Formats: sequence, C-alpha cells, structure tokens
Amino acid sequence: MRTPRLIALVAATAAAVPLAACGGNDSGSDAASSDKIAVDASDTECRVATAESAAGTTTFTIANKGNKVTEFYVYAPGDRVMGEIENIAPGLSRELIVELAAGTYETACKPGMIGKGIRNAFQVSGSAAPLTEDAKLAQATKDYQRYVKSQTGALIDKTTEFVNAVKAGDIEKSKALFPIARTYWERIEPVAESFGDLDPKIDAREADLEAGQEWTGFHKIEKGLWVAKDVSKSGPTADQLLVDVKTIVDKANTVTLSPVQLANGSKGLLDEVATGKITGEEDTFSHTDLWDFAANVEGSQAAIAALRPALEEKDAALVKTLDERFAAVEAALEKHRDGDGWKLHNTLSQADLKTLSDEINALSEPISKVAALVAGK
Amino acid sequence: MKRRRVIGLAGAGAVAAAAAGAVAWRAEGGEPAATPAPDRISFWGERQAGIITPAQDRLHFVAFDVITKDRAALVDMLESWTAAAARMTQGQEAGTLGAVGGLREAPPEDTGEALGLPAADLTLTIGFGPSLFDARFGLRDRKPAALADLPKFPGDTIDPAISGGDLCVQACANDPQVAVHAVRNLARIGMGVVSVRWSQLGFGRTSSTSTAQATPRNLFGFKDGTANLKAEETTLLDDHLWVRAGDGPDWMTGGSYLVTRKIRMLIETWDRTSLLEQETIVGRDKGEGAPLSGHGEFDEPDFAVRGDDGEPLIAPIAHVRLAHPTQNNGARLLRRGYNFVDGSDGLGRLDAGLFFISYQRDPHRQFVPVQTRLARQDEMNEYIRHVSSGLFACPPGLPAADDFWGRSLFA
Repeated sequence: MRTPRLIALVAATAAAVPLAACGGNDSGSDAASSDKIAVDASDTECRVATAESAAGTTTFTIANKGNKVTEFYVYAPGDRVMGEIENIAPGLSRELIVELAAGTYETACKPGMIGKGIRNAFQVSGSAAPLTEDAKLAQATKDYQRYVKSQTGALIDKTTEFVNAVKAGDIEKSKALFPIARTYWERIEPVAESFGDLDPKIDAREADLEAGQEWTGFHKIEKGLWVAKDVSKSGPTADQLLVDVKTIVDKANTVTLSPVQLANGSKGLLDEVATGKITGEEDTFSHTDLWDFAANVEGSQAAIAALRPALEEKDAALVKTLDERFAAVEAALEKHRDGDGWKLHNTLSQADLKTLSDEINALSEPISKVAALVAGK
Repeated sequence: MKRRRVIGLAGAGAVAAAAAGAVAWRAEGGEPAATPAPDRISFWGERQAGIITPAQDRLHFVAFDVITKDRAALVDMLESWTAAAARMTQGQEAGTLGAVGGLREAPPEDTGEALGLPAADLTLTIGFGPSLFDARFGLRDRKPAALADLPKFPGDTIDPAISGGDLCVQACANDPQVAVHAVRNLARIGMGVVSVRWSQLGFGRTSSTSTAQATPRNLFGFKDGTANLKAEETTLLDDHLWVRAGDGPDWMTGGSYLVTRKIRMLIETWDRTSLLEQETIVGRDKGEGAPLSGHGEFDEPDFAVRGDDGEPLIAPIAHVRLAHPTQNNGARLLRRGYNFVDGSDGLGRLDAGLFFISYQRDPHRQFVPVQTRLARQDEMNEYIRHVSSGLFACPPGLPAADDFWGRSLFA
C-alpha cells in the first residue's frame, strides 16, 4: 500500500463493462460460436489442437495433465495479453473465451506459473477491419479490463487458500501462500488503490497507521506469521481480509480505466517498486518484497501491452525502448530467482539493489512519457 | 564604482586589471568579452569552465557509473548533457519546454527548482574516470598514462562506494540550489545510461583561483590555498595545469586532470588543540595566515630560518613545508576544494571536513608525490581521514555548439 495519492485511476462515473471475453469460466460459455479448441497442458508440453481459427470468439479448453499449477495465455504481438486463465490446478480443466481479430497470435502454457511459457503460434483469419486510433485506445481499455478480471479471479482463489491456511494454524503453508496471494494484488494495485479506504484495510503497513487506527489485512497476518510465529488469534483478521478482497474485486470489475489512467497506472506501479519494494519496506517481516516487485512490473507491462497498438502508431521508437527496458528489468530480477519464487530482500546486497533501482529508473523515465502520448497531444 | 576584470584564458597577455567585481569570462584570445552578463560564465571556450574560473561559493560534485553497454547510447547522452549544460550555465532551463511549458500530461522537462534564480556563475565541468577505459566501450587504447589509478597512501581509509566513477560532473555556483538543479537534471537525462555512484555537496570554497579573491578558510579555521596556482599566472598554468601536446593522447591536449579527496576532519579533537600546536602543525599563523617564518600571508615561507631555540620556525612536520613546491620538485596544484558538513555522525560529532579538489597536468608527477609526503609525515594526519578518492581526465573546452562532451574521445 502507499499513502493516498491525488490521482485516482478510476473514472468518477465508473460504469459496468460487459465483457465479451471473460477468463476463469469453469463451465460452458454463452458466447462461443466456433468449436472449442482443446489444449493439453503438461509440465513440459502445451498441445493446442489447432493452430488457427476464424476471427471472432474463440474458446480454448485447457486441461492441466501435469503436476504443477499452470496458466494459459493468448498473446498478441508484443506479449499483449488477449486472454488468460491463471491458476489451473493439476487435474483440472478450465475454459478461456477470447475475442480475436484477424492476425498473428501466440498461445502459451506456463507450468509452475513462471517464465515465458511454452509457446505456439496461432493464426486468426478473417476480415476484421483495422482499428482506428480511437478504436485502438478503446480496445486498450477493454484489454486491460480483461487483465484485471483474470487477476482478480486468481486473487480471490489464492487469498481464500491463504486465509484457510492461516485459520488452520498451518504456519508453513501460510508463509508459502502469502507472497503468492499478494502477487495478484500487486499486479493490479493501482486499480485497487482507487477505492479509498479498502486499500488500507487490505494492505496497510504497520508504519502507515495513524494513532488509534485498527490494523487489518495482509501485513498484520504477516507479522503474526514471521514475528510472533502464532496465528491462533488471527482468524477474524483473516476472515475480514477475504471479505475486503472480495469487495474490492467486485468494485474493480465494474470500472473502466481511461487510456490516460492506464498509462499513469503503468508508471504508478513502477513508482511503487522504486519507493517501497527496492527499500524492503513493503514486506518488512517476511522480506518477500521481490514477489511484489515482480508483480508490480508485470502489472505495469500489462497496462503498456494493452496500449501497445495505439502507442506503436504514435511513437514506435518509444515502444521499442520500453520493450528493451522491460526486458532489462526482467533480466536483472531474474538473477534473484529462487526456485518458483524469489530470494528474500534481506539477502540481496546493496549493489544488487542498486542495479535493480537503476533498471527501474531507466524504465520509468520513458514510461512517464506515455500518458501525454495517449492523451493525444 | 564599476570594477571589472577581463581575463584572457589562452595566455597571450592576460590582463589583470583592478580588483574584484563582476568577472567577465572569455575563452579565447586576449580580447575582452564584448558585453558579458554579470553572473554567467561562458560554456564554450578553449578550456572548460570551472577550473580557473574564480572559485564560486558552492559545489555539487557527482560521479556516475555507466550502466549501459551501448556505446552509441552513451555518446547520445553526452550530446544531450552538453546541450542541457550549455543552457543551464546561461541561466536557462534544462530543455526548451522547461518546467512549465510542456504538456500537462507529461512530466516537466526541467525540474523547476531553479525557476527565477540567476545563473549564479554556474559552471559544469566534465571528467572521465579510469574505469571508463576498460573493455566496454573500446577506449582501452585511448587511456592516458596519467589516468593510472592513484596509489594507496599510508593511512588511507577510502570507501570504494564513495570513490571513483566512470564520469564526473563538477557543478559550481554561487547559489547552492542552482548547482543542485544542474546535477539533478543531468542525472535525470542520464537515466538508463548512467547511474549516480556518489555525490558531494560543498560550501565555502577553500581555495582562491584568482588573485582577485581573498583567501578563504577551511573548517580548521586556517586560510587555505594561499600558495595556489591562480588564473593570472599563465606561464605557471601552462607548466603545471594544462595538458600539453605530446603529454598523452591528443583528446586530452588542453585539458587537465582532476583529483578529488574527501577529507574528514576530526573537528572536536582539533578544537581542543592549543593554538600553538595548531599553528605548528599548519606552519602558518591562524589570524593572518602568514608563514611562521614571516609576517604577511603572501610572504614566501623560509624553511631554513631558525628560532632562538635553534629549531626551524616552520617545523619539519609542518603542513606548509611538506606540501610546498620547493619540497616537491616544484610540483604545484590548482586547488579548488570546498568545505563540507554532512550533518553529524551518530556519535554527536560533526561529519565534516574538506572536499579536496585539485587540477594538474599530471597527477602522478604532482598530486601523488605531494600526497605521499603528506601521508607519511604530516602531523595533521592525526586530525584528518581521507575517506574518498577520485581521479578524472577533464578534456579541453568545447569551442562551439557543434561540439559536445566526449566527442574527440569517442571519435
């Protein structure tokens, strides 16, 4: 969480957006017109039944036959997420409905939910007219909305698992789930932060509290897990956390962000990294700040990816710079990977942190130019 | 009463007219500058400004590491830096759109804290450190021998985190905010290409670089830099300050080498030292600044003269003796240091001292022998600690706006 800011990301007249493509549906669809495309996902393979479809709505049915939790993505060029399903447990089947215009795409399974995934080309044919500039910006907000939707679904799932583990008194499992549940939160934090007092209820750090203010949320439980090593009295806090998360998710899925808000959100997420994660202030008890770091960067990249078609028209060189610098941040962060997760913040040297800080600064300067571009100036 | 002085930098009969006042600066030839602005130092010229420019009151010194591997990106940034530096030294904003002239949706081009402030004699002086000449940018064979690393001196307590650097910028101005503004905007322009390695604020110049300036005092309370090289001493400058053709690679001809040493002063123990001992250590009297062998500040010290007790009036361990050119094969420096106070150190002591800056033609023939003597014998060492060290090659100035920092080096 950060201290309140002036720029609320959400339009004052937030309106519900009917989504043609919603990730996370477990059952049949009401939108699919073409046949469903089967995807067999294992820990090492991603078999997509066909590599092409007609423009319009396409439904993928992903069966996880591996031993690791997986994800499935459909990417437009530049890794713009057209649709994704997070968090498909081994043995489960999920559906992804995605609306695709004619063009070249990629599909990806991500066993273990890390890395670039196992990719396949996917060709969509048809006669969809190219989008106008305004239409591209409108599409950007829809694409990002879809992203928020996919993240919030996983946020509820993983927070539920975390809360259950806490209430069961399983400290080790709770500790393992803490940074994972937060990942989904941190990816969409600028959206969540726009809902005034809900954000502090979920994500306040102990240092943020005013005198007399009741402390709730992730970080209170974090302190119990890592400092007191006792969560026997944390049940009510855990229950409240899940209620608050569900409330914010409902709200997040009813708003549309303007292109400028998307651009500011992509920058805001990097500012979060620069001020809270590099310094280790976010997860001061667990030191799992690098999970939040990675999630913030991913969220920032998702917002830029949604804006990408419009940006490429306005300033292709800037897009190239952003691609390079996102890649540089990823490469710098990748050095600190530890298994499926990340090293603890307090094990990084000052030189490590300076390198990460330099890369975030290098990316943030060009990203700060995006808002003016999409504002049409 | 209007007193003005015009100094030709290039030698050729520099005119030392009256005394202080507005100083017009001109880089070439002996002709007076036409209509100099009162507080603007020309950015363009045969020499970089900020070396023999009369020392301003404030310093913000910054060293950068280059973090890109892309040589073209580095050169491009140096071009951008040059344009911004040329503007800021003339009292303008870092970019043409400035702090408030751009789009409202975009971050301002200039950070804005210098709006409404004068140019304040701002100079920006660039230097290239030894580490720049490694394998990254293909500069190995362009490294001057004079840029070989400084040796470790006895008693050194150097912290690498606040030492060295691939590039440096010395920002000097008579308004601290003007100097800070310049460094901040250059650092911002350099994001992704360079990263600030360390920086230092200084106040109260500790040297005079012109005979027009009174000798200031350092935090020990003594006048510092009485025997400094000065702008008017053009023959001495050619011998001791400016790199000559044949000294090393051509790109440094007309430039100068910069040494920085952050010298922490152990203020509290110094302050309870007797006046007698303080003056013995320095070799000058505290009030006038005269050598203990003489009466006036600018009297040449006489190291042979002895007192009634038969001992030399200027002790063998006195700072002025050990540092004097006559004791160091004639080695002379142009010093340009500043006092610093970085708050206190957690034990209630001032975290303070001297940020030593010297320019010279060859640091290994000038700074190194002098500092070696001082490090071994200077009684003052009991009251100081050298905590940071830097060495940089400062190329000659840029004659006009079609040139940029580092062009001849990267050519």
